[in-house]
Amino acid sequence: MILRAAAAAEQLAILALARADSVPSFAADGVLSPPEVFSQQLVTGLSNGMIIALIAIGYTMVYGIVELINFAHGDLCMLGAFFALTAVGAFALDGASGAGGVVGLVALLVATAAFCGALNWSINRLAYRPLRSASKLSLLVAAIGASFILVNLGLFWGGLPMEVFAGGTSAAAPKAFPALVEPKPAFTVGDVIVSRPDVLVLAVTVPLMAALTWLVRFTKLGKAMRAVAQNPVAAALMGIDVERVIGATFFIGGALGGFATVVYSIYNQTVGFQMGYRMGMDAFIAAVLGGIGNLPGAVLGGLVIGVVRAMSDGYVEARWTNAIVFGILILILVFRPSGLLGAKLREKV
Amino acid sequence: MIRRTASAVATLALASLLAAAAPSAPRASAPPFLTIVSSLPRTGSANSQTTSIVNGIKMAIEERGGKIGDFEIRYEDLDDASPQKGNWDQNIEAANANKAAKDPTCVGYIGTYNSGAAKIAMPILNKAGLVMVSPGNTYPGLTKPGAGEANEPRIYRPSGTISYFRVVPTDDIQGAVACEFCAKDLGSKKAFILHDRELYGKGIADVFKKSAPGMGIEVMGFEGIDPKASNYRSLVTKIRATGADVVFYGGTTQTNAAQILKDLRSGGCKVPFVTPDGTFENAYIEAAGKDAMSPESGPVYITFGGLPSEQLTGRGAEFVERYKKKHGEVPEAYAVYGYEACKVLLDAIDRAGKKDRATVLAAVAATKDFEGALGTWSFDENGDTTNRLMSVNTVKDGKFAFVKAAGGGAGQAK
Repeated sequence: MILRAAAAAEQLAILALARADSVPSFAADGVLSPPEVFSQQLVTGLSNGMIIALIAIGYTMVYGIVELINFAHGDLCMLGAFFALTAVGAFALDGASGAGGVVGLVALLVATAAFCGALNWSINRLAYRPLRSASKLSLLVAAIGASFILVNLGLFWGGLPMEVFAGGTSAAAPKAFPALVEPKPAFTVGDVIVSRPDVLVLAVTVPLMAALTWLVRFTKLGKAMRAVAQNPVAAALMGIDVERVIGATFFIGGALGGFATVVYSIYNQTVGFQMGYRMGMDAFIAAVLGGIGNLPGAVLGGLVIGVVRAMSDGYVEARWTNAIVFGILILILVFRPSGLLGAKLREKV
Repeated sequence: MIRRTASAVATLALASLLAAAAPSAPRASAPPFLTIVSSLPRTGSANSQTTSIVNGIKMAIEERGGKIGDFEIRYEDLDDASPQKGNWDQNIEAANANKAAKDPTCVGYIGTYNSGAAKIAMPILNKAGLVMVSPGNTYPGLTKPGAGEANEPRIYRPSGTISYFRVVPTDDIQGAVACEFCAKDLGSKKAFILHDRELYGKGIADVFKKSAPGMGIEVMGFEGIDPKASNYRSLVTKIRATGADVVFYGGTTQTNAAQILKDLRSGGCKVPFVTPDGTFENAYIEAAGKDAMSPESGPVYITFGGLPSEQLTGRGAEFVERYKKKHGEVPEAYAVYGYEACKVLLDAIDRAGKKDRATVLAAVAATKDFEGALGTWSFDENGDTTNRLMSVNTVKDGKFAFVKAAGGGAGQAK
């Protein structure tokens, strides 16, 4: 017993020594001044908001063209994250650095986008297209069904015996996603940190949004999409292959979700089979907030949701954040039922 | 033939009811027996933990040669989980408790693993006068007046007597131990406390908060988080702005402890991150990943309401040795508690010396200075162990590593 006590005392001494070194380093983080806190929250909010926006575009595009709230969209992104994690494990992308790392990252983004796009296209082909002439409610129920199937696929996928899934011992447990872009500061302004993942978010989302705008505004497919959104029957009469355009819309919406989910996974470093619910919910609110069916609206809605969340976490209390976000949604729907940028819709007959 | 068997069974049941009084029953050659039941979640994610608890229970019985006095000890391993839930299920737990209550040969109920399940079983067993010893429940309200809801623990004791005992220290002690560790060993002065707004997590966080001023720690913030949020970056900024030098999270792996840690580290906050035993599982390390758990990122500590198997000394270490020899692996952390729960029950049956629930119950309650694998301890007036021994652990090379024992109390086993 005395020996044990001596050993314990020794251990304490070691701890105390370690403390002498480590305490200053904890304090050296620097206490943020109020304007710095605000700027840091803004950075966080905008980064989260951009990711939400990219997912919201997928929602809003599909709604714009077939008037379906695609509840499977968030879970599609979840499955995309599992695909990305599997690819990272299979090709050891987390080991690559420098130019190889950049090529790997771009390949991962493109492959995941293709996967999500193809999956979304298939879901449309198998589940939604047969119901095209059925009531909107049947379509909605089909979307919820598709969401369940995807969630369970994710649960199964997470249980595969792969190293990236910790051997698949616990399918439901959250999985660590390797920090392909290290969470180190890209640059700092005072004590405000703009991290490399923050930059990644910007570098991926902005060009994609620009490309999408170009596609919708200036290409033949974009014109066809707008035509189908306006009036599918008239568009068909003009010789547009409506089903092909709808399929393309699902593919593009899914692909954007695929890009978003890779960025999301790198940013948060966590993947889990239930993550789709929150991703989808935030994006759905963003789409409705901005005016569902409206592309710039989805982006604006995403940014608003991201910033409001960050500010609420920072200045109110984390437990009120969801209440505040939904409160804002309700207010907007009361005073501007068609959303921030939504045009006044005529009831379609 | 079937009728004959049925009547034989009936006779046997009768015989066992009157076991002492009817030595000349038809099957007199069969030795009298007592049953011990355990009710643990054997299906789902807790399975590896409960398997080692069951192994511990079996070893305690084997040590006694499977019998006490003239009584053969029979053991029944019940599952209180359902495959649908992958976790304990209240209907199954209630069924298990009723089954044990109705079995006249049953004199002891070892369980439960989950505090929620104990709430179901406790009143049923209490009415039946059947003693219950838990190897795993840590929710304070089950035994301590004033620690939980206003009507706890009264509602679990409809008969008025205490029939529930546990061999593990409770959560409230864990919160205080964590606070003491932060103050004395980490030299923390300013703590930011987070919790997941659940019974377990908030309970521990509350105790941490209550203990902090006495330990010279200023509470910089106390906040319930959204356990489903995708990240906690803005919370991290808030924490950085307060200049806190330690972050305590009352929560579990399932309520996103790993995500908070990752966001702290990527947000440039390197202060120690301390969590309770709801994160003392490999899933926590796996979810956090290599980078967040590496020592360069910042220290991580996990308190546990007991000692990890490798750190047990004396009789505890002997148990671990025997376990390793028999099962070929180091037992999970709760194995020794299963062993201890069964040992203390067998000891009480031995002292009681007869098949009578009330006598066995009284013998368990009278347990004093019990020399078990966890040290020398007693049951206090609430049915809690006087053992307060806990441990603080960290993560090293992707594995939990023992830092120090804390809490003191009954002292280590010699």
